[in-house]
Amino acid sequence: MLAEYLPILIFLGVGTGLGLVLIALGFLLGPRRPDAEKLSPYECGFEAFEDSRMKFDVRYYLVAILFILFDLEIAFLFPWAVSLDEIGTFGLVSMLVFLAILVVGFIYEWKKGALEWD
Amino acid sequence: MLITILFYTFAAVLVGAALGVVLSRNTVHSALFLVLAFFTSAALWLLLEAEFLGIVLVLVYVGAVMVLFLFVVMMLDINVAQLREGLTRYAPLGALVALMVIVQIVYVTWVRRLGLTADMAFPSAEPLRGTQGSNTEALGALLYDDYVLPFQLAAVVLLVAIVAAIVLTMRSRPGLKQQDVAKQVAVRKEDRVRLVKLPAEKGP
Amino acid sequence: MNEALGYWDAVPANLQDLVILVLQILGVTVAVILSVAFMTLAERKVIGWIQVRHGPNQIRIFGLPFLKGVAQPFADVIKLLLKEIVVPANADRFLFLVAPLIALVPALATWAVVPFSPDFVLADIDAGLLYVLALTSLGVYGIILAGWAANSKYALLGAMRSAAQIVAYEIAMGFALVGVLMAAGSLNLTEIVKSQSGGVLEWHWLWLFPLMVIYFISGIAETNRAPFDVAEGESEIVAGFHVEYSGATFATLFALPEYANMILVATLSAVFFLGGWLSPFEGIAPGTLLAEPSFVWLFLKIVFFLFLFLWFRATFPRYRYDQIMRLGWKVFIPLTLVWIFVLAAFVHFEIGPWAA
Repeated sequence: MLAEYLPILIFLGVGTGLGLVLIALGFLLGPRRPDAEKLSPYECGFEAFEDSRMKFDVRYYLVAILFILFDLEIAFLFPWAVSLDEIGTFGLVSMLVFLAILVVGFIYEWKKGALEWD
Repeated sequence: MLITILFYTFAAVLVGAALGVVLSRNTVHSALFLVLAFFTSAALWLLLEAEFLGIVLVLVYVGAVMVLFLFVVMMLDINVAQLREGLTRYAPLGALVALMVIVQIVYVTWVRRLGLTADMAFPSAEPLRGTQGSNTEALGALLYDDYVLPFQLAAVVLLVAIVAAIVLTMRSRPGLKQQDVAKQVAVRKEDRVRLVKLPAEKGP
Repeated sequence: MNEALGYWDAVPANLQDLVILVLQILGVTVAVILSVAFMTLAERKVIGWIQVRHGPNQIRIFGLPFLKGVAQPFADVIKLLLKEIVVPANADRFLFLVAPLIALVPALATWAVVPFSPDFVLADIDAGLLYVLALTSLGVYGIILAGWAANSKYALLGAMRSAAQIVAYEIAMGFALVGVLMAAGSLNLTEIVKSQSGGVLEWHWLWLFPLMVIYFISGIAETNRAPFDVAEGESEIVAGFHVEYSGATFATLFALPEYANMILVATLSAVFFLGGWLSPFEGIAPGTLLAEPSFVWLFLKIVFFLFLFLWFRATFPRYRYDQIMRLGWKVFIPLTLVWIFVLAAFVHFEIGPWAA
């Protein structure tokens, strides 16, 4: 099994190498003439009046949390879908119960307005 | 041979990354070291031939949990000086937790190796490899049948997590104008437009 | 020549394998990069034609009188490499330069498990589909880090928008893939293709049609392509997460991964739903040359999906942000869930391809 993962390991190395070479080439071939204006962060023609790392709406965190939960659900669904022909009706029903419980959660989210974005 | 080299390489990177998480001054860098740590742990699991678990570790922890971490860490103004103060206060507690983890690891690897009783011996990895089909299939065959109760419990835990996340973070702001798409689609011409026929005016 | 072969034979067998493997990987990488180059050209040409323009038509190979504009991507690459790399003064220098790498590596490494033809896959792993999903979920890192490291408001806004968007569509994608698994019964991509053999009607698109549409549209949203390109949104936040990037860093952060991911989404859609390297004539003219499975069929299917990408970009106006989130969470996720229930019923009552 492990031998099949060797190409992936090498591929990761090749990808990293390629990226490094490209960026290094950019530094070698490109000019370097920095000045204060060029290095300031982009603003539409005026001075920046606060730090750009601002606080964000809590909604983003909520979306991220919900994403984790659904991602876990998918992780549970994968082995189920692969072993469908072995687990029979009992396995099928047990997953449907699992999904039904989570659909309740999804409906709750929906009704509470956690999915609204305005 | 190659596997041993790989194991020690990944293990060294893992320990280095773990140190980076704790020692780095920049919280975003810490979070990224944690990502690296998860990655190398996934690689270690792959070396143990736990294919499904290894990739799911990347999918769930790196792909989802750490994204949330980064969101939080990037957007909060964390005062490093204040954190330093906390470090000395919580150091004894941290040391205690670390000690407990070490004791547990020693118990699992050393006491078990003694194999005092039959059920304390290391479970063999052989039976799983014997079954035909992939790692994931074997896991599926077990999870939804033999372990159906823990599996349903997981669903309930996830449900509780959904509810908790919403209760804790939802703030409805008053005075928001929202778009009701169903209403928009259901609208008919007659509700909105009234055609008025005006008689033509007579010229002077 | 014979002498060289003699040296080659003297190399130990497992080292020979390793050399061949590395060459294959480099070959795939070069093929992907060339595809990206010509994809940028195709994009400008096709959108040009749709808008009754010529598109790039100046740069030719060695000044030959035909194929006007074919060398445009190479000229672009040379130009990008010769530009100055500007690192903003307040930026996190290290992360600013690492973010492009983090964007690039997953976009390339996913190609390791793609079955190009019946006998060419780099890594024929059991959990191929899981690997694809895991690596797709890493794509968001390049964007968040690029946006944050630049320390620019527009970059950060673009990064946050794109992160929340990618996250929503990834779930829809995952659920759609569960449907594929239910039909194929294996996580291995080659097995998934093989499970579709027997002609056009055996391909998964027929029974998984809603999932195919959702998967492909989610793929467009994942790659931040029009009409879901609010992360860049030239007219609102100038260029979003890559506003501070220039020259070679721009090429590695933005151009290469974005287009490589586009081609990847097209390839995976073809593999999961349109039978990958299987021939569409398999059921009509069995035994003939036309029915032979080969890379050519996969290539044609990829071109079809890539054309859809360009067609969509030229046709649809950009979605508003709340509409994007609504489509992801309130339309796609419920639809995929419903279809999983429907498929479960098919499986249980042995309807269609699940007939015993």
